[in-house]
Amino acid sequence: MSVTVRIPTQLRTLTGGSGQVSVEGSTVGEVLKALDGAHAGFGERLFDDGGDLRRFVNVFLADEDVRFLEGLATPVADGQTLSIVPAVAGG
Amino acid sequence: MDFVSGLRCRECGRAYPAEALHVCDFCFGPLEVTYDYERVAATMTRERIASGPRSIWRYADLLPVSDPAPVDLGAGFTPLIRADRLAAELGLGELWIKDDTANPTGSFKDRVVSVALTKARQLGFKIAACASTGNLANSVAAHAARAGMESVVLIPHDLEAAKVTMTSVYGGRVIAVEGSYDDVNRLCAELTSEQPSWAFVNVNVRTYYAEGSKTLAFEVAEQLGWEAPDHVVVPIGSGSQLTKVAKGFDELWKVGLLDEEPSVRVSGAQAEGCSPVATAFADGTDAIRPVKPNTIAKSLAIGNPADGWYALDAIRKSGGSCASVTDDEVIEGIRLLARTEGVFAETAGGVTIATLAKLAAQGVIRSDERVVAMVTGHGLKTVEALSGVVGPTASIAPTLEAFAEAIGEDFETVGGPTTGSAR
Repeated sequence: MSVTVRIPTQLRTLTGGSGQVSVEGSTVGEVLKALDGAHAGFGERLFDDGGDLRRFVNVFLADEDVRFLEGLATPVADGQTLSIVPAVAGG
Repeated sequence: MDFVSGLRCRECGRAYPAEALHVCDFCFGPLEVTYDYERVAATMTRERIASGPRSIWRYADLLPVSDPAPVDLGAGFTPLIRADRLAAELGLGELWIKDDTANPTGSFKDRVVSVALTKARQLGFKIAACASTGNLANSVAAHAARAGMESVVLIPHDLEAAKVTMTSVYGGRVIAVEGSYDDVNRLCAELTSEQPSWAFVNVNVRTYYAEGSKTLAFEVAEQLGWEAPDHVVVPIGSGSQLTKVAKGFDELWKVGLLDEEPSVRVSGAQAEGCSPVATAFADGTDAIRPVKPNTIAKSLAIGNPADGWYALDAIRKSGGSCASVTDDEVIEGIRLLARTEGVFAETAGGVTIATLAKLAAQGVIRSDERVVAMVTGHGLKTVEALSGVVGPTASIAPTLEAFAEAIGEDFETVGGPTTGSAR
C-alpha cells in the first residue's frame, strides 16, 4: 500500500527538503514507522516516550484528523494522502 | 527598541531567535516570546505608560516588537465599565465589563493583529494572511489595508453575513472554504509550509500575535488604578486569549507595576456546542478531546484548540473554573448585558455573560470578589443570532391614537424633569 505523506517545513530537514514522500503501510501507525525507517529521525519527533503521537502533532488522513478516526490504527488505502501538521495554529 | 531576548519552546525549553517561527522544530511545541524583564522593569513606569498613546502601544515595552509607527488603527484602551445593574441581577458585588466591542473593527482581534502585522512588516513580510472565524478576518483585512500590505483571508463558508462584508470591503482576497474552522485552520497550517513568504498571523507569526492579548490584562490593571482584579471571565476559542490574560497580570507584577502580588482567578467560558476545554475541566483530565463544533457562537467554534491545554492549566493553577452554556443561554446573555448595561455584544460576549451568570449562581464567582468579564466582540457582527428574538415593540400608523394604543395605558412614565425646575 503506497501512501503519500505531506511533510511540514519543520521536518523537511529529515527528507532532504522534500515536501512529500511516498512510503508503504496499511495503517497510519505503520506508515509513520515506515517514514522513520526511510528517513531516520521522524520517530522521535512524532512520538512521545509512550509511543503515542506528541501532543502538538496532528496527523490527517485525506484531510480528516486521525483522532476522529481510529488514531494510529486507522487503516489507509493505496494512494491516500497523510499530512503531518503542527497543531499550534489558529484562534 | 524592544526587550525581547528570544523565543523558547513551552514544551521542551529549546531556545530560538526572534524570527518568523511559531513551533519548536523538535517537538512541535508552541514557542513563547521571552523578555529581559530586568531591563523592562528599569524602563517601564506608570508615568511612562500614562504619557503613551491611548492604545495597546502604551505597553510597547512588554510587546514583542518596537516601532515608532506601528501598523495601527487605534486598537485597545477600550472602556472598563462598572456594571452595577448587571451585578445586582447576578447577585455579585463589584463587577466590571471590559468593553472590547469598542475596538476599530469591533473585536479584541485588533490587539493581536496590530502586534502581528507590525512584527511581520519588520520581518520583511509583504502579504498578511490568516485562518479566521470572522473577527480576525475583519481585523487582518483592515490592518493590512492600513499598512499597504496585500491580504489573503481564509474563512469557513458559513460565516455571519456582516463578518464577510466587514472583511471583503477592504479589498483583499477573501477565500471561503467549504468546511469548518478547523478545516480552514488545517489548510492554513499546511499552506504555511508552501507559502513561507506570507505572514499567516495566527500560524507562522502566532508567537508574536498572541502576545497582543496581554494588553487586556495591562489595561484592566491600569484602569483599576494599578490593581489586579480578583476574578476574570474570559471566552475560550483557541485558549490563547485566556492564557495571555493570565500572563499579562503576572508580567505586571514581575516588572514592578503592581504594589500587591496579583492573585487573579481566571475562569473560562465556552459554548456547549464547542466545549472541549470545559469538558476536560469537568472531567478532571489533562487530555483535550477535539470536537466537531455546533453552536451559534461561531467566533469560538474551534473544535481543536491550539492552546486548550495551556488554558486549562492556567485556569486550574489560578483556582478558576470553566463552564459551558447553551445557545439559548448565549442569546439570553447578549440580551441581559444589553438591557442592564447598554453594551451590545456578539455571540462570544453572550457566552461570557451567560457563563458569568452560571458561575455566579453556583457560587464559584463570589459577591466579595472584584470581577472583570471580557466582552470581546460587537453585536452588529452577529445580528442573525437575534433574528426573530428581538424587534420592534409595535408597528403603527403615524398618529397619536395609534401610538397611545401601542404604548398601552399601563406604561408608566418613571419620572422626568420636575415641573417648574430651573431649566
